Amino acid sequence: MTIALVDCESFYASCETVFRPDLKGKPVVVLSNNDGCVIARSIEAKQLGVAMGIPWFKIREDYLKKGGIVFSSNYAFYGDMSSRVMSILRSLCPKMECYSIDEAFLDMTDLASHYDLYEFGCYIRSVTKQWVGIPVRIAIGPTKTLAKVAAYQIKRQGIQSKVMIIDSHNRIDMLRSTPIREIWGIGSRMSHHLHGMGIDNAYALANSNIATMRKRFSVVIERMIRELNGESCIGLEESLSPRKQIIVSRSLRSPITRAEEARMPLSNFVARAAEKLRSEYQHCQRMSIFIRTNRFSNHRQACITDQQTFPVPTNDSRLMLRTANGMLNKIFRKGYRYSKLGVILDDCTLASSVQGDLFLAQDTHASKLMQSIDQMNQKGARLFFASQHGTFSYPRNQQQVSQRYTTCWEELPTVS
Amino acid sequence: MLLPFYLGPAYVGFPSPASDYMENPIDLNEHLIKNRTATFLLRAKGVSMIGACIADGAVLVVDRSMTPIHGDIVIASIDGDIICKRLLLRPQAALKSEHPDYPTIMISDCADVELMGKVTAVINQFK
Repeated sequence: MTIALVDCESFYASCETVFRPDLKGKPVVVLSNNDGCVIARSIEAKQLGVAMGIPWFKIREDYLKKGGIVFSSNYAFYGDMSSRVMSILRSLCPKMECYSIDEAFLDMTDLASHYDLYEFGCYIRSVTKQWVGIPVRIAIGPTKTLAKVAAYQIKRQGIQSKVMIIDSHNRIDMLRSTPIREIWGIGSRMSHHLHGMGIDNAYALANSNIATMRKRFSVVIERMIRELNGESCIGLEESLSPRKQIIVSRSLRSPITRAEEARMPLSNFVARAAEKLRSEYQHCQRMSIFIRTNRFSNHRQACITDQQTFPVPTNDSRLMLRTANGMLNKIFRKGYRYSKLGVILDDCTLASSVQGDLFLAQDTHASKLMQSIDQMNQKGARLFFASQHGTFSYPRNQQQVSQRYTTCWEELPTVS
Repeated sequence: MLLPFYLGPAYVGFPSPASDYMENPIDLNEHLIKNRTATFLLRAKGVSMIGACIADGAVLVVDRSMTPIHGDIVIASIDGDIICKRLLLRPQAALKSEHPDYPTIMISDCADVELMGKVTAVINQFK
């Protein structure tokens, strides 16, 4: 196998500068919904020391004083730019998987015998840069996990060409200099466990005993070890940590103190999450809600959560809304100023793989009803459930949003 | 906007004699855009290119995948500004306006020049 991981450099920040050549060489950051935290940084912003995820208000004054540029997130624009990059990649290598908005895996096995891979990587980079204005990195290896390692090494070593191939010559060196936390699919808990066992880089993990590790952890780590040793176990459209979670949450513009005030935003988030779930043909087994105070305020702090498991995986908005509102009534505590709430859907599975419950009536009407609602809403109707109160305006507080350069006639970039 | 024909199964009465000759309606996108992925629409401001039929407010179809040659209308970024000009490569590389009041920019005088794409079509809409 020959797998390439293509990822866009500082994607959102790169998008923002495509039609703003005046920003070249300046620090640029992009903020999350409601201008909460920094979610993308240009190289110059990284050099200024802006940390990923840092709350905007903490750095605002200092950052702007240093001449930094800031944007609210503009997903309509990023989405269009992403689909352009993806369509270039698909035209160059039809076997591809969009892994996220700014990452894709290409299966280059068939191309490897016809092309010099390094040159092919450079070509991909030059085409995306010229056609769309977005620079990409290309990391190539015999497995997805090794391609991820190569991608990490491009950053670590500051490779100028942004193209890196991991092969039998350099594999050991690269694995040795890749900390365990940077391995694809290893979370903070797992990396903690592994450190405890004296395994602190990818090379140590690759040489650990497969049988022992499988017993101690799971088959997931076995596949990881095999992949690090060059044996491909994870195909395209497959991953060790698939998206099994859907989260919809927002900061509220003004804090709330009563349960009734929380009902409407929560219901909207649940309805949105359910819609997302159905758009991916999934059912979820478990739902959690959380509501919390502003961590950065001086008021009393609280963060409360509750979760409920469904007897049968579901994607029925009605059931989910009932459940969410039930949980809200149960957990809401007075005396706090809540500023953020959200819903998390867990253990999501494809609709086709849901097993029915012998003792629960199957609701075939439900799926038809949900389908109709989604279709009508996609066509611009506004169908909603009573607890959503009919308002669908999330509290948005985006001060620095750029133009929708590519999706809106009124906002086209101008030239003189 | 394209309106799809409905080729449904419900033939009530005599079928349309034209039904065998249905073709897709003319699609302006297809005519104006060769490489959708690399094509962006930009709006012209001002009259510096009026001699090339680019009016104030015209929509420019810009293909970033085409390499511009001598005489092409191009989009370029020059010292932080995005401009639309005619590219001249002879006798010297220059960006020429199509209006007597606007000067020609010599590329050798600019610190930072990047050709962003070739203008492949202009849409001037009448009010």
